[in-house]
Amino acid sequence: MRNALKHLSSKGKRGAWIAFVMLAIVLLALPFFTEELFGRGWVRIMDFALLYIMLALGLNIVVGYAGLLDLGYIAFFAVGAYCYALLGSPQLGLHLPFWIILPLGALLACLFGVLLGAPTLRLRGDYLAIVTLGFGEIIRIFLNNLNAPINITNGPQGISMIDPIRFGEFSLGNTHELLGLTFPSVHLHYYLFLFFTLLVIFISLRLEDSRIGRAWMAIREDEVAAEAMGINTRNIKLLAFAMGATFGGLAGGLFAGFQGFVSPESFGLTESISVLCMVVLGGMGNINGVLLGSMLLVVLPEALRHGSGPAQQLLFGKTLIDPESLRMLLFGLALITVMLWRPAGLWPSNQRRRELVAENDAAQL
Amino acid sequence: MDTLLQQIVNGFVQGSVYAMVALGYTMVYGILGLINFAHGEVVMVGAMVALSVIQLLIDSGFPPLLILLISLIISVVVCMALGYGIERIAYRPLRNAPRLAPLITAIGVSIVLQNLAMMFWGREYHAFPSLLPNNSHMLSGAIITEVQILIVLIALGMMGGLLLLMHRTRLGRAMRAVAENPSAAVLMGVNINVVIAVTFMLGSALAAVAGIMVSANYGIVHYYMGSILGLKAFTAAVLGGIGNMRGAMVGGLLLGLIESLGAGYIGDLSGGFLGSHYQDVFAFFVLISVLIFRPSGLLGERVAERA
Repeated sequence: MRNALKHLSSKGKRGAWIAFVMLAIVLLALPFFTEELFGRGWVRIMDFALLYIMLALGLNIVVGYAGLLDLGYIAFFAVGAYCYALLGSPQLGLHLPFWIILPLGALLACLFGVLLGAPTLRLRGDYLAIVTLGFGEIIRIFLNNLNAPINITNGPQGISMIDPIRFGEFSLGNTHELLGLTFPSVHLHYYLFLFFTLLVIFISLRLEDSRIGRAWMAIREDEVAAEAMGINTRNIKLLAFAMGATFGGLAGGLFAGFQGFVSPESFGLTESISVLCMVVLGGMGNINGVLLGSMLLVVLPEALRHGSGPAQQLLFGKTLIDPESLRMLLFGLALITVMLWRPAGLWPSNQRRRELVAENDAAQL
Repeated sequence: MDTLLQQIVNGFVQGSVYAMVALGYTMVYGILGLINFAHGEVVMVGAMVALSVIQLLIDSGFPPLLILLISLIISVVVCMALGYGIERIAYRPLRNAPRLAPLITAIGVSIVLQNLAMMFWGREYHAFPSLLPNNSHMLSGAIITEVQILIVLIALGMMGGLLLLMHRTRLGRAMRAVAENPSAAVLMGVNINVVIAVTFMLGSALAAVAGIMVSANYGIVHYYMGSILGLKAFTAAVLGGIGNMRGAMVGGLLLGLIESLGAGYIGDLSGGFLGSHYQDVFAFFVLISVLIFRPSGLLGERVAERA
């Protein structure tokens, strides 16, 4: 992806253009192929994969670039989702249009990011992890309990009948006929999410080599040295938090519009950890790695969920282990093994790999 | 019945459990500078193992106290082995790795333990049989059960024993030396691997006892009980000053008190707007405010940035 973009910018090499166009065609045709081969359920899974990619890229800014371990990242996703749900459902009787609530949700999430970041940025890595974890839980507890005495979030039941994403008269909740092709709702969402995912990838790519991106990495490596180089560490770290939170809020809004239903259950600690796993497993700070990690961790567990039941039937004649818990178990095992064998992730960024080698040399001295 | 006194009693009991678990966090942090995220799950495993042993022996005709003692010993041994295994598999290979790596393996271990426990013991809540007679005493207006008295006494005893161990034995001196400066300790002939393994095992033993205490107090065991308890115990450790053992004890008791008093009075204070189901929020608010206003904790010394 990055190579393709770099080639494009360095005055049209033909091969790169062809690769780019082919990639675009594949991405555009993907939902139709998937539906044909695996059924419509898998298109839905692809939609979720795109949402998770957005989340993972957002978290990658905080964890991968700036090196701030955030264990409550899903809270920003929740803020975005609940913002959409409250402003576009019968819950409060508000039905604001999509193009107002989505940016509003992202903005609100950004605000929460700053709110969380401001007091906690003085803390060292692992303290920060715990505080963010606590923050995530606080948000969830409030969502769970804000149904009394005034019913705002409808408590554990969650908010249902959320308006579908709608551009004027064109609602993504319905099936549409265009150019002789039938586009069901999941396909339409796929294209919308693809657009936003590419946008997030583009922003991340541009950030990586920018002044801000370099400042983040400098802070990740050595905060004191970065400060000595004239970087305003507080503001730059806050920016990382705000930026990551914005992407989270964006994904949350899209999630609410897609799902039509939100409840506090979707925003637990396990979700925060899953997103973190995607970033770490793929390779912190490397966009390719994060893409790989998120796709693996969305598709693999789904395949396991569908495959492990029948496979166990075949091997042992009955379902020994509930596929859902097997999924989480493998999650945990994957985290441990990847960290032990490849501490930098499956597809680490070049810079990070160099550092790890250097650090190991230093440790042996 | 006096609400204030009752909440203080409850807080004290809960706080002594927090303190026991917090000791495990603080000892490991003091030596390795690492948050042992899997520690909460060790508490859960301790409770679960004890439950299984009790269920196995409950019809055997042994006196209840003996059954409790056997289950305590078995679960302590299992947890010590577990603690050793966790250190060996997930932390030792990463001792020189970047800081985030062991934290993530710790999260991985905690997920694995939780799901293994769910497979072995199921998703449902188990009732923890009450082996001790459930007599309660009136303490000038507050009710305290014998189980609760026992919990506080055992906790105090174990904490006292631990302090003796740390300050009166060779092993304790070695542990303190490693916490102070690992490389200097190695030069003085301390076997750092043994010390770290022993630290993990001690912490896990405390966790097992705490697990049994908390299940005996509430009468419920669940595969998910470890994570929130672990989180609060960590809060307690931070409150007291992480790495400081007396701090963990004080922090645990204090957090228990804050929580139960807060949950008891939040309804009145907020005019019924916030109810006692916000209890879990207190721990996190305490944590965040401590970290903001006094990052080194109540009893902690000011430590320089250790990157």
